[in-house]
Amino acid sequence: MKYTLMINEGPYQHQASDTALQFARAALEKGHEIFRVFFYHDGVNNGTRLAVPPKDDRMLQKEWSELAEKHGLDLVICIAAAQRRGLMDASEAKRQGLNADNIAAGFRISGLGQLIEGGIEADRTLVFGD
Amino acid sequence: MAMLHIVNKSPFERNALKSCLGHTSAGDSILLIEDAVVGALTGTVMAPELQVAMQDQAVAVYALGPDLAARGLSAERVLPGLQVVDYAGFVDLTVANEKTQSWL
Repeated sequence: MKYTLMINEGPYQHQASDTALQFARAALEKGHEIFRVFFYHDGVNNGTRLAVPPKDDRMLQKEWSELAEKHGLDLVICIAAAQRRGLMDASEAKRQGLNADNIAAGFRISGLGQLIEGGIEADRTLVFGD
Repeated sequence: MAMLHIVNKSPFERNALKSCLGHTSAGDSILLIEDAVVGALTGTVMAPELQVAMQDQAVAVYALGPDLAARGLSAERVLPGLQVVDYAGFVDLTVANEKTQSWL
């Protein structure tokens, strides 16, 4: 079965990102496909590579990157939500005249059309949020 | 067309579970995750409503075991008839139900 996951909550805010990550792992383990993970609202904060949580804490951003690398996941960050929260890739930073970017490996910035396409292409769309 | 209703907030904090119970149809399933798992316990004000849903309205109710454990709640304390599942069981519920609705 093909899944699109939507994550509307930031890491460490509550539990949505953790639940989505565990769900994605369990679905992949069962042989299902994760077509896309779309990060919206504060969920875009899951895609920064500059987070340095205490060593004994969950490392959510890193775990998403690692899962994406292992399974070739498409992690998409909403551009409008990202701009508001200072989440940048190199080309967006350049376009905005900023001197730094912070997007984590495995993530890409795009628009809401990617969520719509995910909903159409997947058999199931699940929303995780606050 | 069966629907999986996912509730993630404590019924003692928000009314998501109550709203959800007002919208379920026979054959639907409710999965309690995150803080909502406290609603799965016996002896709470939510218990009678969940029991009616399970016994009289053919709604299956589940709670996510790892979230019960994370809150120090034993799976033995859940309502009779309420099933405890793990993440693999969560995935199976999304396969079995054509639609999912997260009551955020």
